[in-house]
Amino acid sequence: MTAMSTAKRHVISILMENESGALSRVAGLFSARGYNIESLTVAPTEDRSLSRLTLVTSGSDEIIEQIMKQLHKLIDVVKLMDLNEYAHIEREMMLVKVDTQKAGAHERVKHVSDIFRARIIDVGEKTYTVEATGSHDKLDAFLKVLGGELRIIEVVRSGSMGIARGSASLNL
Amino acid sequence: MELTGAEIFVECLKAEGVDTIFGYPGGAVLFIYDALYKAAEDINHILVRHEQGAVHAAEGYAKSTNRPGVVLVTSGPGATNAVTGIADAYMDSVPLVVFTGQVPRPLIGNDAFQEVDIVGISRPCVKHNFLVTDVRELATTIKKAFYIASTGRPGPVLVDIPKDITQMRCEFGYPDSIAIRSYNPTVKGNRRQIRRAIDLMLEAKQPMLYTGGGVILSGAAEALTSLTHRLGFPITNTLMGLGGYPATDPQFVGMLGMHGTFEANNAMHHSDLVIAIGARFDDRVTGNIEKFCPYAKVIHVDIDPASISKNVKVDVPIVGDVKGVLIDMLAELDERGVSPDPANTADWWQQINEWRKTDCLHYEQDDTSIRAQYVVEKLWEVTGGDAYVCSDVGQHQMWAAQFYRFDRPNRWINSGGLGTMGFGLPAAMGVQIAHPEDTVACITGDGSIQMCIQELGTCMQYQLPVKVISLNNGYLGMVRQWQEFFYQKRYAMSYMEALPDFVKLAEAYGHVGMRIEKPADVEGALREAMAMKNRLVFMDFITKREGNVYPMVPAGAGQNEMILV
Repeated sequence: MTAMSTAKRHVISILMENESGALSRVAGLFSARGYNIESLTVAPTEDRSLSRLTLVTSGSDEIIEQIMKQLHKLIDVVKLMDLNEYAHIEREMMLVKVDTQKAGAHERVKHVSDIFRARIIDVGEKTYTVEATGSHDKLDAFLKVLGGELRIIEVVRSGSMGIARGSASLNL
Repeated sequence: MELTGAEIFVECLKAEGVDTIFGYPGGAVLFIYDALYKAAEDINHILVRHEQGAVHAAEGYAKSTNRPGVVLVTSGPGATNAVTGIADAYMDSVPLVVFTGQVPRPLIGNDAFQEVDIVGISRPCVKHNFLVTDVRELATTIKKAFYIASTGRPGPVLVDIPKDITQMRCEFGYPDSIAIRSYNPTVKGNRRQIRRAIDLMLEAKQPMLYTGGGVILSGAAEALTSLTHRLGFPITNTLMGLGGYPATDPQFVGMLGMHGTFEANNAMHHSDLVIAIGARFDDRVTGNIEKFCPYAKVIHVDIDPASISKNVKVDVPIVGDVKGVLIDMLAELDERGVSPDPANTADWWQQINEWRKTDCLHYEQDDTSIRAQYVVEKLWEVTGGDAYVCSDVGQHQMWAAQFYRFDRPNRWINSGGLGTMGFGLPAAMGVQIAHPEDTVACITGDGSIQMCIQELGTCMQYQLPVKVISLNNGYLGMVRQWQEFFYQKRYAMSYMEALPDFVKLAEAYGHVGMRIEKPADVEGALREAMAMKNRLVFMDFITKREGNVYPMVPAGAGQNEMILV
């Protein structure tokens, strides 16, 4: 036996039957086999019989190989792809509600949002809500900068979605 | 033609060629039972005494025939009682289709009487499962269930049918074939990998064939025997693989693993080429994985890609149906017109024969108390080595595996992966129903037999002449053995106080009971019992109290680090 390689973050895209219970098969597989899920996002595709799921996990090469095989073994999984094997784009959406009662808060939110190409989508008496998209790391950085001076009230993140660059694709 | 859901259920079973189902009625499946009542000439329903027994019986039926076993139980407790058997079938890749009743659709999610989310409960231990939500999908779902259960790596498939669906009517048509876009098992082994495997075999100096349950499931015993003879290599079987290669053949070095032979485990450890066929490098085989086969390249043939490189890094992976791959390997040798040079492995065989001299399965049968090993050996002799042998779980199981030398596949029926006590007797019923004219023995212990002993009632109802071989040492023997070795003989709860009188118990059910206490009586009793062709005979052999299973690879040890006596 060779030593296990070190754990790496992987983005896995899955096309599966859009049927009740399909999602719990995927989630159940991860908990039953002790794999970790960093994020998971799912919605039906343009073909309503299919759902597309993006799952972010981490593990050694051996673990990721097992994860891919075990996912493939699920009857409801039609096709899957480890995006780490391709040049790919990863995006996540985040909604952040910020307390704007502090002096200069409005300008600060607007300024940071401009830099991160985020948008203010709701203006309340005491709050702004900002929509940001980007990679996981970019959103982390955005939160860090914004939260440095202002009080963050609420954060909603969609989890990562991914797609391969160029002509590589995951479809039927 | 318009039929009710219940009638469709019956028509589907007929279309699948199902002749026998194992089950237990209840509220949610009453329409189905009513339809079965009318179809009694076509489908033989076996009424068990507990739903766990139904599933194990279906497993016995499936394991001895390689055809899917079929189970029908009601909702709620009927379904949960079946779960142990379903998990057992999942671990041992047994093709089963399990039908569970469900409360009517409008009540689902209402905590209704006898409602349980069996699709959710069984999800981690089925190959796939379905909840039927539309009567028009019932026939297709059943078709899919049989297809999934019996193709690729076989396994249990559960179909949950709400009661209202069994009453509704719709047009019936059974699909001739089915395609599932997300399910296409690879059957044909990759040609290039097969060539690479043959290259390695031709060069190997210390090769080992290590074969498992996949050989039995694939019906590949004959092909395996031909290939093994052609290669001239030593071969070992896993617990699940026994009978896949004739145990009386000189190339067979015995079972491997925790209670495998000294020669099999040492040969694996020192091998330079391990050829794994339909086996999955289970922890009971490998022992400490860090110390496993340190010198070997590994070829692995398996229909399940997820089994390859799961526990052990594989050099030549071959995904495919075992039988087809073995035939392709033979064809490749034919095409090249070669076989491995016996000179390559001459030293290796000499070494293996040295290891064999250890005689690791040796035991002494004195005249003080019956040795369990002796009973199994005598059973082998008396049945001409050709009985179907079912087993429960524990010491008796290991002794059965070590001492009943299986020469044919599908004869050894046991719970390997899950290790389910209570498996043996109901499994034996299923085997006996599939093979009414053959001898079916159930080797069990005083602990295991009590976990499904209620099935003696089923055996009486259907006149199943199973021969129960109880190896009674008054202990949960395997637990006691571990406590002796690793817990300084603190026998916590491993002592079966207040055992019933098994002879009277058997008689109470209408069977024949025998108690055998003297070594000299063993063979005679076996012969007497086997002569009672039409009766179930419960043979309670009172055996040595603190016997141990040897050899043993302790947990965490390497394969070559065995306790011999």
